[in-house]
Amino acid sequence: MEVLDAALSRIRAVDPGIRAFLTLMEETARKQAAAADARIARGLAGPLAGIPVALKDNLCTRGTRTTCASKILGNFVPPYDATVVSALDKAGAVFVGKTNLDEFAMGSSTENSAFQVTRNPWNTGRIPGGSSGGSAAAVSADMCAVALGSDTGGSIRQPAACCGIVGLKPTYGRVSRYGLVAFASSLDQIGPLAKDVRDAALVLDAIAGKDPADSTSADVPVPSHAAALTGDVRGLRIGIPKEYFTSGMDPEVEKAVLGGVDVLRRLGADVREVSLPHTPYAVAVYYILATSEASSNLARYDGVKYAHRTSRPSDLLEMYMESRSEGFGAEVKRRIMLGTYALSAGYYEAYYRKGQQVRTLIKQDFDRAFETVDVIVTPTAPTPAFKIGEKTADPLQMYLSDIFTISVNLAGIPGLSLPCGFSSGNLPIGLQFLARAFDEPTLLRAAHAYEQAGGWHKRKPPAAGEGSAA
Amino acid sequence: MNAGAKYEAVIGLEVHAQLLTESKNFCACANRFGAPPNTQTCPVCLGLPGALPVLNRKAVEYIAKTGLAFHSKIAPESRFARKNYFYPDLPKGYQISQYESPVCEGGRVEIVVDGDVRTVTLHRIHLEEDAGKNIHEGSADTSRVDLNRSGVPLMEIVSEPEIRTPEEAVAYLKKIRSTLRCLNVCDGNMEEGSLRCDANVSIRPAGSDALGTKAEIKNVNSFRFVKQAIAYEIERQIAVVEGGGRVVQETRLFDSARGVTVSMRSKEEAHDYRYFPEPDLVPLVLERAQVEAWARELPELPDATRERFAREYGLSEYDAAFLSEERAAADYFEETVRLSGQPKTAANWIMGDLTRFLNEAGGEIAASPVTPERLAEMLKLIADGTISGKIAKTIFEEMFKSGKDAAIVVKEKGLVQVSDAGEIERVIEQVMADNPNELAAYRGGKEKLFGFFVGQVMKKSGGKANPAKVNEILKAKLQPPTDSQ
Repeated sequence: MEVLDAALSRIRAVDPGIRAFLTLMEETARKQAAAADARIARGLAGPLAGIPVALKDNLCTRGTRTTCASKILGNFVPPYDATVVSALDKAGAVFVGKTNLDEFAMGSSTENSAFQVTRNPWNTGRIPGGSSGGSAAAVSADMCAVALGSDTGGSIRQPAACCGIVGLKPTYGRVSRYGLVAFASSLDQIGPLAKDVRDAALVLDAIAGKDPADSTSADVPVPSHAAALTGDVRGLRIGIPKEYFTSGMDPEVEKAVLGGVDVLRRLGADVREVSLPHTPYAVAVYYILATSEASSNLARYDGVKYAHRTSRPSDLLEMYMESRSEGFGAEVKRRIMLGTYALSAGYYEAYYRKGQQVRTLIKQDFDRAFETVDVIVTPTAPTPAFKIGEKTADPLQMYLSDIFTISVNLAGIPGLSLPCGFSSGNLPIGLQFLARAFDEPTLLRAAHAYEQAGGWHKRKPPAAGEGSAA
Repeated sequence: MNAGAKYEAVIGLEVHAQLLTESKNFCACANRFGAPPNTQTCPVCLGLPGALPVLNRKAVEYIAKTGLAFHSKIAPESRFARKNYFYPDLPKGYQISQYESPVCEGGRVEIVVDGDVRTVTLHRIHLEEDAGKNIHEGSADTSRVDLNRSGVPLMEIVSEPEIRTPEEAVAYLKKIRSTLRCLNVCDGNMEEGSLRCDANVSIRPAGSDALGTKAEIKNVNSFRFVKQAIAYEIERQIAVVEGGGRVVQETRLFDSARGVTVSMRSKEEAHDYRYFPEPDLVPLVLERAQVEAWARELPELPDATRERFAREYGLSEYDAAFLSEERAAADYFEETVRLSGQPKTAANWIMGDLTRFLNEAGGEIAASPVTPERLAEMLKLIADGTISGKIAKTIFEEMFKSGKDAAIVVKEKGLVQVSDAGEIERVIEQVMADNPNELAAYRGGKEKLFGFFVGQVMKKSGGKANPAKVNEILKAKLQPPTDSQ
């Protein structure tokens, strides 16, 4: 309960300047905290007993509105919990609130929220990354211990990089998607944002595993991820993909990332170059496949049932068109149109099917690379957090924020971002670790060993009241 | 040459059958007709955000068994796809169906029309989910939606365009229905919509191999309407072409009140369903051993039953077809034969009186008050001469109405046949005494009067006299008395 009180007072003090939360869950949290206290007193505490957790607002919470930062779901209160929400509740977690995101998780800056702009705790003039920007900022500014986000093309890892924390996108199928409001079903995956690798591993332990309610969740045994953090990477084969270090990369990012690679080498890892030749196609393929699925996933917000309905439509067609015109923001509309086009008769072969074929090639790139290495290390994002408003007028520039993270979702493999240094403007820079499907233990082991050696995770942002000022 | 003979129709049917599973196709909600609106729903079939489908394995078993019954190829791996369109009764904005890789491909359906057996090739059978229902009653400016039916498993059976006449279409549909009922995968109730049919109809010059432009007639929900709708559509298209016009590709609705089809939407207005693989479901993999196990579980199908009835019981093709169409009727027949040993007579009674009374009462054969045991007992009473075939008609009616055993009805009504010679003689003597003129005329050579005497004797006995005995004794009695006696 004291931990919760501290988190809530911290939110009250800091969040007006950060705006990470859309909805606070104080009532739920107090009940959970009381239950956790009781269990702790009886010596029956779960692994996350009493830990304050924030939930991205595209995860369904029974009785607490779940908006996806969209006007169209502004009043939606789910009658059920997402499977991950139930799992965390069972592990003793305390839910402090629902965090801001780009509408329906579509964006890389959290500026596409219909409700508010979230600010980066390291520099409130900067974006926190996206789409899980609210979750990343909440963890970074110490308003909660850990948070859940969702990652379709980098939406956990890129904000983690922007906010100087750890973000883990598990293998596709490792964590149930039941109750995650879908953006692109074949790419979406829920994962933790945390202050360090161990916390991320503990959360993964709590949420991983087969869920009968999600046919795409994998029936693969779940090892203890926390137990995998041995600190030892001697002999671990680490690949550096040459395609990720092309001209045009921010020199400070490149320097920090290569510095991180040096640390791994010094720890005894066997670092070598690998090739992922289809990397240049990843962003294009992603924006065909993800938008195709999104155009279908978002069809249910039609004004008939729970979603926003326009007032006094004259007929059914007008009800559909006006409800959706009023309810969706510009980026969501753009993606629905792109996806609808890609699936249309006469274009399907050229776009959707071709996209699937290239997706297979990208996956094969990773399969081949992982024949010779155990872990791949890359930058997480091409630049540190950019300025609020800097890219909102240019969707293509915004899409390129995910250039290093997108392939991972297309391949279905796990990826993790953690801080590996700071820019001259004192903005965090992220280092991305990738591993084979379902090999989160190796992924986390490598990331943890680096983290302990690098020590960057100990730096706190100015908005958190400690850390160095910019 | 009339216009009809110049053309031939090309007809393909798409049959939608609701499967008799306990739960819906992708969630655990009950699959039941007639519950109060929206009481059989959950986040999945309401299409709530974040809800995900999980495939019903029983529905897979049912479609695979159907495919096996129609000799289809069962795909070792098939996929679900999303069919995208907006409609208020479709809560997700898409229907989960199958597109590029259905569970069953190919297959054939044997039909008998005018005594000839024909084979209609199947294109495919796939599994999908039903939509809900829009309800427009009650208010002029609002509609309501009932999602109880949303997510109910539907099997779509698609034929190749090999049907040529409305009669063949009906025979095909009947065969589909009887097979699905035999497999117990669909109740075949066309009124409640658990079996629905769309017909694709086009015409072409007789003898041509080309395919004409087709019209799709939606939701024709009885055998009679299928026949009417297709017959009308063929005539309509012939009239269009004969009038110098061109048939346009369109969707039409059958107006059963007027017996005509009317245009619903043209090809230009047709939906682009934007099918793509359903990412929320993994590919459906069917192990060969599983499919083989299902094949072993198949019951005897109507075609096999028909052949066996003709062979084993010596029934005519017509009788065998009639009795094999419904599993319940076939079971009833076989049980009656087993208990009575009289296949031909049993067939006559079942196809005649029993069917007539059941139709009048609107009852099912499986719940008939005259059970196979009771019918068999009655047949035995006829065979051993306890009752006459004529009296049996009266007894059967009473058995049907009261649900009593044949012996009890016979006893209660005093309908035991009189075969005792002495008793029959007494009646005959009385009749002879009552009709001296006719007796004299008969003995004078008017032998036609024999029938008159039989009638009088039967009447006087209250119909109970054994007709064979009456004939025999009467013949002797009517002979003029001889001196020697």
